[in-house]
Amino acid sequence: MRLQQILFKLSVPVIAVALGLLVGGIIMMSSGYDAFYAYSSLFSVIFTDPYYIGETVRQMSPLIMSGLAVAFAFRTGLFNIGVEGQLLVGWLASVYMGITVEGVPAFIHVPLAILAAAAAGALWGVVPGYLKARFRVHEVITTIMMNYIALHVTNSIIRNHMLAPGERTEDIQSSASLSSLFLQEITDYSRLHYGIIVAILAAVLMWYLLWKTTTGYELRAVGFNQHASNYAGINVSKNIILSMCISGGFAGVAGAMEGLGTYQYMTINAAFSGVGFDGIAVALLGANSAIGIILAAGLFGGLKIGALNMQAMAQVPPELITIVIALIIFFVASSYLVHWLRNRINKRGKI
Amino acid sequence: MEYVIEMRDIRKEFPGIVANDNITLQVQKGEIHALLGENGAGKSTLMNVLFGLYQPEKGEIRVRGKKVEITDPNIANKLGIGMVHQHFMLVENFTVTENIVLGQEPRRRAQVDIKSAAKKVEEISRQYGLRVDPYARIEDISVGMQQRVEILKTLYRGADILIFDEPTAVLTPQEIKELIQIMKRLIAEGKSIILITHKLKEIMEVCHRCTVIRRGKGIGTVDVADTNREELASMMVGRDVSFTTKKEKGNPQQEVLEIKNLVVKDSRGIPAVKGLDLTVRFGEIIGIAGVDGNGQTELIEAITGLRNAESGEIHLNGKEITNLKPRKVTESGLGHIPQDRHKHGLVLDFSIGENMVLQTYYQEPYSKYKQIKAPEIFKKANQLIDQFDVRTPSVHTEARALSGGNQQKAIIAREVDRSPDLLIAAQPTRGLDVGAIEFIHSKLIEERDANKAILLLSFELDEIMNVSDRIAVIYEGKIIAIVNPKEVTEQDLGLLMAGSKRTGKEEN
Repeated sequence: MRLQQILFKLSVPVIAVALGLLVGGIIMMSSGYDAFYAYSSLFSVIFTDPYYIGETVRQMSPLIMSGLAVAFAFRTGLFNIGVEGQLLVGWLASVYMGITVEGVPAFIHVPLAILAAAAAGALWGVVPGYLKARFRVHEVITTIMMNYIALHVTNSIIRNHMLAPGERTEDIQSSASLSSLFLQEITDYSRLHYGIIVAILAAVLMWYLLWKTTTGYELRAVGFNQHASNYAGINVSKNIILSMCISGGFAGVAGAMEGLGTYQYMTINAAFSGVGFDGIAVALLGANSAIGIILAAGLFGGLKIGALNMQAMAQVPPELITIVIALIIFFVASSYLVHWLRNRINKRGKI
Repeated sequence: MEYVIEMRDIRKEFPGIVANDNITLQVQKGEIHALLGENGAGKSTLMNVLFGLYQPEKGEIRVRGKKVEITDPNIANKLGIGMVHQHFMLVENFTVTENIVLGQEPRRRAQVDIKSAAKKVEEISRQYGLRVDPYARIEDISVGMQQRVEILKTLYRGADILIFDEPTAVLTPQEIKELIQIMKRLIAEGKSIILITHKLKEIMEVCHRCTVIRRGKGIGTVDVADTNREELASMMVGRDVSFTTKKEKGNPQQEVLEIKNLVVKDSRGIPAVKGLDLTVRFGEIIGIAGVDGNGQTELIEAITGLRNAESGEIHLNGKEITNLKPRKVTESGLGHIPQDRHKHGLVLDFSIGENMVLQTYYQEPYSKYKQIKAPEIFKKANQLIDQFDVRTPSVHTEARALSGGNQQKAIIAREVDRSPDLLIAAQPTRGLDVGAIEFIHSKLIEERDANKAILLLSFELDEIMNVSDRIAVIYEGKIIAIVNPKEVTEQDLGLLMAGSKRTGKEEN
């Protein structure tokens, strides 16, 4: 029974991914590209070529973090669309700590910079949480607005206080860096860094918080039924704010992955990075579970990185992979339609 | 004899269970035919088969003597079968007329001709004595009137066989009386009615014949005139059921709850409880009788901490609990079986085990150092499930999947198990069958005999009269009389609830 349930849960994302790739392939063929060659050049490198493997894993860590942020809020009944903004302030906070703190060893400096990122993201999440708890303002609206505020505030701070040549900040101190020569060497000099360990630890933390603590029990109860939670003596407002705080914290650490890992600095951004929004897709495909998010981040990370080789080998533009990802999300969303139809047919007794 | 509806040997299976096992139902023209059974006996399944929502595996359906295949509700509608659902299917912010004509709007060019529709609605409502305001919005009218709108919907579509699915579950005693009048009027006009219910009193009052089903099997059809409540109950449950709750005389002791001059506003900001005084003692059950909307809900919410009081004092065990948070009130020794079990009583998406510790999850042994101890929680849940006969596949089953009676038993198990000094039971048996009601009443009395206090709120006069040691009558936000159930008649109580003074003399 239990195994059957697990297989059933897995069937939705697996079928969605297969259909997404299939329809994506049809689009490629109808545009005159060789779909088989395109896919084989995509998948062969992300499974065999050390450089592409390294890049895929590097790409995964911010995706996992932003996926966790979306999923955590969702588990408590909130739509955190503000992961992007929380990520940007987290990125800046981590880079700021990385530059200004001097003369401390890495085992203090790295956690300090990551915690600063989490704190900045949490702060950015608490604002919509408070507005929701206190004034019933819908979090979707406030988090979207907070995204724009984050984009322009971070740009302004970099421009006015931290500017280095090239529309960016200086590099962080090496003591704050997550990058590792060892990891780079074994992956043919990709930009792989230790961030993936942080991301996996964060996934474990989310699972533990939600399912193994009284805090998680309260958060889930509030997410499902605020009235019953209130009746049971759970402070609903406190839990809404707490949920947005933790979610924002995860998002902030996603920014630290970029700031301390991949780039070692922060640029002035003309537009959103997109990683925060990808988090929504990751959480959806991963069914808001810690393991699912890691797997989904692996898939999306792999597709994005593999697309580069697909372009090089089969001359297929990487935008097509964006379409494939969109299709996968579409099929995951419509799988609920499939479930619904199946239940309905079962009820009527017409199999 | 020709039947308007004849369902012969209907069999309907769902994965794992047989919901209907060769049931036969024959309805004569112009009768009110009761379909009686416990919660989950298969009544609704059978009616959904008749209404075209389910297809039976076996059996045949004849309407007015002709064999038919009802594969969807539209076919049922065409055959003149209409269903009045228990949970109304109405668009809240549409008017009465708009709801009635929805899907079959009369048109004038491209526009809906609402005027002629309203006229037709008025005509039908006059013919059958169904009082409604065609232009009122659904959200502004009472539950009783919403139900009349549901009935009008079926009549507007030309139904002459009406299925009522537990129509009285949501109504006040006054509205039930009106509904019974309406049903009598409908058959006088030549309609036939199938009444799904588990309330024996109503069957005895209006029905001509009664078909009983138990655990998916047809037990038989009887003429109501030739039977009595006891016989019907034992047919339904499969054993003898007692109606007068057995209880010894209570032994009330010192006071546990004291309410002084309490004022509470409702959600619109209008005072609903207006200077109310009430005392409850250990070892007694106080029943609160009153017509819905006289401040009962606000009173209970104020005691339990779900709503703030404007003024006045509430003392529990000598300690003031006025306007404390729900958790503080709970920890002071209060248990609460809430009126709305889906909204307040359960987190439906949680497992039944998780629901069993809704107020105690943060205490040992269910958690330690903020870490949940799942084995302890499920051990406790298993014990409560056994003790209170909650029927569930396992403690890991979502609360949503349980039947109403079992959900209610789970809530009662949780509240009684904490052994609170004062247990507030708000409509604890609403929508439940006699077996479950008997069980819940005996549990309440057991608690009383264990020297706990119980405050019972119910709109069922039978329940109040049967279970309470004292009855407090609430009217317009005040307790206007305290009476002994052994010394008062239902009529007197009804008059008190309508606001007349103690002697029961009419005052205009």
